[in-house]
Amino acid sequence: MSNSGCTTALVIGAGIGGITAALDIANSGFPVVLVEREPSIGGHMAQLSETFPTLDCSQCIMTPRTVEVGHHENIRLHTHSEIESVRKQPSGNYTVRIRRRAAYVDWDKCTGCGVCQEKCPFKVESLFERGIGKRKVIYTLSPQAVPNKPVIDAEHCRYLQSKWDMEAGRAPSVDKQGNPATPKCGACAKLCPTGAIDWEQQDTVVEEEVGAIVMATGYDLLPMERLPEYGGGELRDVVDGLAFERLLAASGPTAGRVLRPSDGAEPRQVVFVQCSGSRDPERGVPYCSKICCLYVAKQAMLYKHRVPDGQAYVFYIDVRAGGKGYEEFVTRAQEESGVVYLRGKVSKIYAQDGKLMVKGADTLSHRAVEIPADLVVLATAFVPRASTTAVAGLFGVGVDDNGFLVPGDEEMAPVECGAEGVFLAGAALGPKDIPETVAQASGAAAKVLSLFQQRVNAQPPVAA
Amino acid sequence: MTSAERIYSYFPGCTLATTAVDYDVSGRAVAAALGLELREVPDWNCCGAAFPLNAENVMNFIAPARALIAAQRSGHDLATLCAVCFHALKRSDSFLRTHPEAADRLNAFVTEGDFDGRVTVRHLLGILRDDLGWEVVSRHVAAPLQGLRAAPYYGCLLLRPEAEMELDNPEAPRVLHDLLQSLGAEPVGFARQAECCGSTLLVSAPGANQRLSAAVIESARAAGAMIVVTACPLCKFNLDRAQEGRPAAEQLPVAYFTQVMAAAFGLAEHAGPAFPLRAAA
Repeated sequence: MSNSGCTTALVIGAGIGGITAALDIANSGFPVVLVEREPSIGGHMAQLSETFPTLDCSQCIMTPRTVEVGHHENIRLHTHSEIESVRKQPSGNYTVRIRRRAAYVDWDKCTGCGVCQEKCPFKVESLFERGIGKRKVIYTLSPQAVPNKPVIDAEHCRYLQSKWDMEAGRAPSVDKQGNPATPKCGACAKLCPTGAIDWEQQDTVVEEEVGAIVMATGYDLLPMERLPEYGGGELRDVVDGLAFERLLAASGPTAGRVLRPSDGAEPRQVVFVQCSGSRDPERGVPYCSKICCLYVAKQAMLYKHRVPDGQAYVFYIDVRAGGKGYEEFVTRAQEESGVVYLRGKVSKIYAQDGKLMVKGADTLSHRAVEIPADLVVLATAFVPRASTTAVAGLFGVGVDDNGFLVPGDEEMAPVECGAEGVFLAGAALGPKDIPETVAQASGAAAKVLSLFQQRVNAQPPVAA
Repeated sequence: MTSAERIYSYFPGCTLATTAVDYDVSGRAVAAALGLELREVPDWNCCGAAFPLNAENVMNFIAPARALIAAQRSGHDLATLCAVCFHALKRSDSFLRTHPEAADRLNAFVTEGDFDGRVTVRHLLGILRDDLGWEVVSRHVAAPLQGLRAAPYYGCLLLRPEAEMELDNPEAPRVLHDLLQSLGAEPVGFARQAECCGSTLLVSAPGANQRLSAAVIESARAAGAMIVVTACPLCKFNLDRAQEGRPAAEQLPVAYFTQVMAAAFGLAEHAGPAFPLRAAA
């Protein structure tokens, strides 16, 4: 088969885009190698409470797919892993080296019982919970994690640090929270019923030969540090959109109750600031982040469902609700849920007398307004994952000025690129919501399947 | 580099020559103490006071351009103290550099020489930070301002627009904070530290400037400040005026950063009426 190219696909990124592409290809009978940097799959969609405009529970509509990926006979899943190098063969195939970071847990022995996570005595801030909740040092991203196998965060594991200190002949190190390294912990190893903790585990590298690649590396939100006028990440009750999703999510740190991070009180006034860093070429990014108008309407609506006598305000430049049922959804937030929309920018947010003062303009009434808020949600700009440029470079895929992947042709070849057999999907190309990402991922998968079918057809019939 | 080599052209500006002489005098004194030689631009005129918004009319740039051209001959950076002059000169310089056709037209009207864009307009705060460094400033402190909770008030013109002024981030400025720290004082950031005092509204919206200045004072007071420190004579004028009529004990003194430096350097005669500070509240 080497002359006509192989028919195994590599999918990079296991958010909803990568999952969709992987399942479409795998369900057509072709093998898929799915690589994900995080310990478990699902991407940002796993962090969301409910989706717009249907208000479906995000976890509930995604879990069947993540579970299917986990059990699929045609999918080889590499989580906690990164692409290390890529070599293109004369045959057109790609030889890809995948580095799996040490998890210090033997996943073949681990049954996913969760005792280790229960008994681990150390907690650190969880990135998955956007800094609002904590997680153990041995952890899975969520209770629905696929695969449901934990990893140890070596940087914060006091036992591993102690072990490494002793091996290097160093004095015991102390972490940022002041916890000294200790050889006395190892609670996870002592209590694991299958002896799956492996302190000696090293990174491993596997090599895969693939005939097509789908890049679905996804997005991130602009760090709040980039917005000093809105507190720059210093004000605890100024949170970003994903953090507010975690506050709304039943699986989140507050079990779905909207409670502000500083003191756990239920906020009576919540202000949402759209275009926080978007459409701001001087201080943020020049483009529209596209998803915020809808998710802010959704979040304000859900806040009103949780706290009916609370008040939600939304500052907006204009409402861009292009999409089936989207305008109606925003209208619903305004008319049925009573969310107050103020047309104007917020110039400053500062703390005063236990409130967050949100200073802005209401350009419809021509007034400067100041709203004393209990919680502020910044709809921060949608940016590509920091690693996008590096990963794209490995495959010869270009990125634009904003760091998003560049397709072969924005209009006529939206999922293709210059490199043969490499296809692109999802938020790594630019701001996109879930339906668009899923559609584009299926498009990329169709391109892969078309290529694979041509390769199958080109093979000489096997002699009997 | 020896201190003798730190020579700057100096543009005092009208306000520092009239109602804010204490800013000028204290500025020259602390500069001399630090080994910075300020050579006053000969035959200077008003900077124009406002950055011309009508760029079509090149005549609007003649006032600032004359100062820039005069400084060109010296070959040194042009130092300023007044935030308004710094703003007008710096932005005019930036405009003329990026609009050569406007500079050409302007040059036809100015007889002293041609604008060639070779002078860098500086503010003394930037010179202290970038040319000397805070450690050097610290070394000249004779009477550290221990326990002085000072509110660094940046106002609007000193920092904005960031890309042209090139001094500090207007949303999270540090330069006055760092200066105060180097003097041994305790900088207390406050919500309105980089908001406008309202001075430009004096004519167009009478009363608004009083409200805005009062809000700045209240914001600094709420942060626990004992003194407000500014780099702008208009801000000082407005902040003082907003407190007129209040009992002395309720007034928050406002001082130029150069006066605070003078106090810390032991140059008491230039420290102004705020020093020695009344007993801490």
